[in-house]
Amino acid sequence: MKRLKYIVLVITSLLLVFSLTACGNQSLSSQNILENDKKSKTVTWGVKADTKLLGLIDVKDGQDKGFEIDLAKAITKKMLGKDAKAKFVTVTSQSRIPLLKNGNIDAIIATMTITPDRLKTIDFSDSYFDAGQSIMVKDNSPIKKVQDLNNRTIIGVVGSNSVQNVKKFAPKARVLQLPDYAQALTALKSGQGDALTTDNVILAGMAVKNPGYKLQGKAFTTEPYGIGINKGQPEFKAAVNKALKEVQADGTYNKLIIKWFGNVPGFNYKEVLRK
Amino acid sequence: MIHLLTSNWSAFISGFGWTLLSSILALFFSLIIGSLFAILEVVPNKALRIIGNVYVEIFRNIPLLVITMFFYLVIPLYIVKINGFTAGTIGLTIYTSAFIAETVRAGINSVDPGQMEAARSQGMTFWKAMRYIVLPQAFKYVIPPLGNQFVNLVKNSSVLAFVAGFDLMYQGNAIASQTFETVNTYVIVGIFYLIITLPISYYMQHLEKKLA
Repeated sequence: MKRLKYIVLVITSLLLVFSLTACGNQSLSSQNILENDKKSKTVTWGVKADTKLLGLIDVKDGQDKGFEIDLAKAITKKMLGKDAKAKFVTVTSQSRIPLLKNGNIDAIIATMTITPDRLKTIDFSDSYFDAGQSIMVKDNSPIKKVQDLNNRTIIGVVGSNSVQNVKKFAPKARVLQLPDYAQALTALKSGQGDALTTDNVILAGMAVKNPGYKLQGKAFTTEPYGIGINKGQPEFKAAVNKALKEVQADGTYNKLIIKWFGNVPGFNYKEVLRK
Repeated sequence: MIHLLTSNWSAFISGFGWTLLSSILALFFSLIIGSLFAILEVVPNKALRIIGNVYVEIFRNIPLLVITMFFYLVIPLYIVKINGFTAGTIGLTIYTSAFIAETVRAGINSVDPGQMEAARSQGMTFWKAMRYIVLPQAFKYVIPPLGNQFVNLVKNSSVLAFVAGFDLMYQGNAIASQTFETVNTYVIVGIFYLIITLPISYYMQHLEKKLA
């Protein structure tokens, strides 16, 4: 009898937690993000903290730095005026969609590729960058292209679509998913895998700081990055798209590309410039 | 939720299997290692006592994740290649063994010293007295706290997810990030953990009643 009571208690508390979270989602997604942001003059962006060149927290001064950070600042100013502020919240590939869904962030600008699967859950702005998936290996590695990875171990990051993509090109590869890029890179260095896979631009950023490792072969997918926006926010999405167009039209976009990618070995910045 | 469970059944089950295997291995070895170090902490020889103390204090006071990362990233760099599952299980074993050592030592200390003295005066060696007189009584005392340690061990095995150990948490992370059904996935993962931990809790309660 005592045992039965206990089981009932466990189940009811689980259900309670479950129903509470369900309610929370509904009330937040019904709020108009653009209206809120106009009032507070702030847009809260989810950004990466471990991706050099795109979104990285500088350990020296604690500031977010990178192409996506600068682009987010520029878009915020175009959307809400010169005195508007961009606020940054660190996300990972795994946490970004849940954080957007529960309203902790207004938008995701964190190396996220627009994919059909993700479009079922969230909306995307127009693409703001065209990356492609590639692999990084040790300088003397026998691996020349992604197909060489069959029967070998490849390291990726949990929640990124590169771990799902790579199985199409090397179906027999063993895939290890680690929590973030810093750890994935360390795992590659300590020999836990034969190659690290993600988008070429992220790998290029890693190669800058890590002599002895290089990008290998051409990009084998195209990965258009989009700004992730919650479903049911058409006004906010339209405002982001309009601001993105303006940033590209007035030359700010290309300036930022040259600032961050102008001098990266193994990455041709001219391919990603926009008119 | 049912749909999520059935469509990812093999991933959940393989994760469950690896978690179970890791927990069983870590439980077995940490019980042996922990008991050894507990005895080391109470032997008459001072040097051995110090070794026991140092081991327990170091590994009881370092986060489990740090120990595991050390085995996953540092050891392969210099000594021998070990995969995530092994690194996680070794970390789990060492970490838990330090706690078990403290628990068992407390049990040994709570046995009346007269028991040991009486055994020795009958001509038993220290180790014999330990084995036949003190330890059987000590383990009876420490069954409830040991049960806690075992439950903690199973829950701590989620550290495997951080080193790609293919356990329940790892599969949960992967499924959540592919299906975007975050809440449902982690509720299922939680239920799978309960399937392992609740029987341990009950068995320990049962054992406690039987022996007390």
